[in-house]
Amino acid sequence: MKESKRPRNRSAAALHLMILPALALLLVYSYGPMLGLVMAFQDFTPAQGWFGSPWVGMDNFKYVFSLPNFKQVVWNTLFISIMEIALGQILALVVTLLLNEVKNGFKRTVQTIIYIPHFLSWIILGGILLEVLSLSGIVNMFLHRLGIEPISFLGDSSIFPWTLIFSHLWKEVGFATIIFLAALSSINPQLYEAAEIDGAGRLRKMWNVTLPGMAPIIILAAVLSIGNLLNAGFDQVFTLYNPVVYDTGDIIDTFVYRLGLVQSHYSLATAVGIFKSTISFTFVALSYYLAYRLADYRIF
Amino acid sequence: MSSRPLHRIADAVIYLVLAVLALVCLAPFMNTLAMSFSASSAIDAREVVFIPKGFHLYAYQYSLGKPEFLRSIGISIERILLGVPLSMLLSVLAAYPLSRERGVFRGRTVYAWIFVFTILFSGGLIPSYMLVYKTGLIDTIGALIIPGAVPVFNIVLLLNFFRGIPKEIGEAAFIDGAGHWKSLFAIYIPLSAAVLATTALFSFVGHWNSWFDGIIYMNSDRNYPLQSYLQTLVLKTDLASVAFNSTVQGYELLSNKNIKAAQVIVGAVPVLIIYPFLQRYFSKGIVLGSVKD
Repeated sequence: MKESKRPRNRSAAALHLMILPALALLLVYSYGPMLGLVMAFQDFTPAQGWFGSPWVGMDNFKYVFSLPNFKQVVWNTLFISIMEIALGQILALVVTLLLNEVKNGFKRTVQTIIYIPHFLSWIILGGILLEVLSLSGIVNMFLHRLGIEPISFLGDSSIFPWTLIFSHLWKEVGFATIIFLAALSSINPQLYEAAEIDGAGRLRKMWNVTLPGMAPIIILAAVLSIGNLLNAGFDQVFTLYNPVVYDTGDIIDTFVYRLGLVQSHYSLATAVGIFKSTISFTFVALSYYLAYRLADYRIF
Repeated sequence: MSSRPLHRIADAVIYLVLAVLALVCLAPFMNTLAMSFSASSAIDAREVVFIPKGFHLYAYQYSLGKPEFLRSIGISIERILLGVPLSMLLSVLAAYPLSRERGVFRGRTVYAWIFVFTILFSGGLIPSYMLVYKTGLIDTIGALIIPGAVPVFNIVLLLNFFRGIPKEIGEAAFIDGAGHWKSLFAIYIPLSAAVLATTALFSFVGHWNSWFDGIIYMNSDRNYPLQSYLQTLVLKTDLASVAFNSTVQGYELLSNKNIKAAQVIVGAVPVLIIYPFLQRYFSKGIVLGSVKD
């Protein structure tokens, strides 16, 4: 017994050793900041650090929640992300169904094009959109030809959230079809043949075969998106917004950035950060639980 | 039979809708590309849509001759050359033990949760910044590489792929006397080319596209990678900020607009070059990587 146990232990030691470097880095740079969250309950200054800064209890939270624009920022975040998620899912589904109806060569060309924006950073896309959407950009040139008055996509706070939503859709809808297309390809072709024998037309097949076949993936995608409710896209907002549209365009993440790293209110910004992380964690945990129950989904 | 013409009309509509969609995705890029080659006067007169007017290359010549632009490209290349191999090594080494069965690797579940928890919860911006600050990485290339060196999403892809490799293959190696190290490097890695390529490309694109870490962790803009440098350029609203004098070649054709366009295009090119490879691999890699038993 002893002899058979030894090599086993040694081989397990190899496994522990392999995982060690990644684990060590995560402990420092992912778990370290989690401990650092205590600064939300302190009057933190970098000089005094986490161990020397005085404790202030819930004062930072009370102060932040009493700020008049805090509620607005939370509302902006929810509005933008809910619209992006809902419209994103619907559009991706529609595009997938349309792609399913065309010939392979054309399908592949369209796919190749509509995936591209996903892989570029918001800096590149922001640089492009700030120009394209400006009052002298091609979008307003096009609207002018149609006889429509120029629209201030980036400088009008009643329009700006929709600029964010639609530019997000422009970047991500194409790529979001990948998962739906994968679901489509797993539908048994015999179901279509059977439907044809029963005299089903195109729409009938779509309604009675395609959509039910995709239902688990649609549910899964919808459920997993719950975790992103408080992520309205820092990179995008940061690149496209300006003080004129703060009232409708400022989101939690940009608010934290300005409060913390621009104005150096470290503890206040961290309090907002905890607020966001905690709610997000609840949402993500809930979404994974639902995904597991509804679609038997496991991450690992 | 009466549905035939209807069928054809529906087809035409579908093709048209998809073609318009593709055009909408492409149009902003085409416009920016056209601007980067156009004369400033034509841009100001709003004559440039998809075809350059007054074609010239001075915007590129000017940008690529700017020391700070070149330096930022150099820093981007440096972070890729150091960061991608480091991330790949760490991911593969972590994914292999996590892909073993619980009987073989008893800590597996605990470790897996330690990794996955970092996707679910984070310390957020300020504490993360403080940690990078306290570990002395501010203003060093390390700040761009080390804090994000463990890409948990890639690890999940890899471990799911490793798990899909038939157990018998690994067991046969063990009977031949191979340990875990040998089994990983001689069997699992050669069998995982597709998913390794996918994760490496993700890592490459991630490093190339990152900009926020540069902005917050670098005090001096001399240390900015390209995307951080572009961020400061893109957000520069002062149109008069670039003053040209007659010593700049082609100065009468240049303006902030075509120079910005040219630099944005340069920032997009590496991703566009590797995109075909990315596309070939990612659907395969993602699909295979997420297969569960």
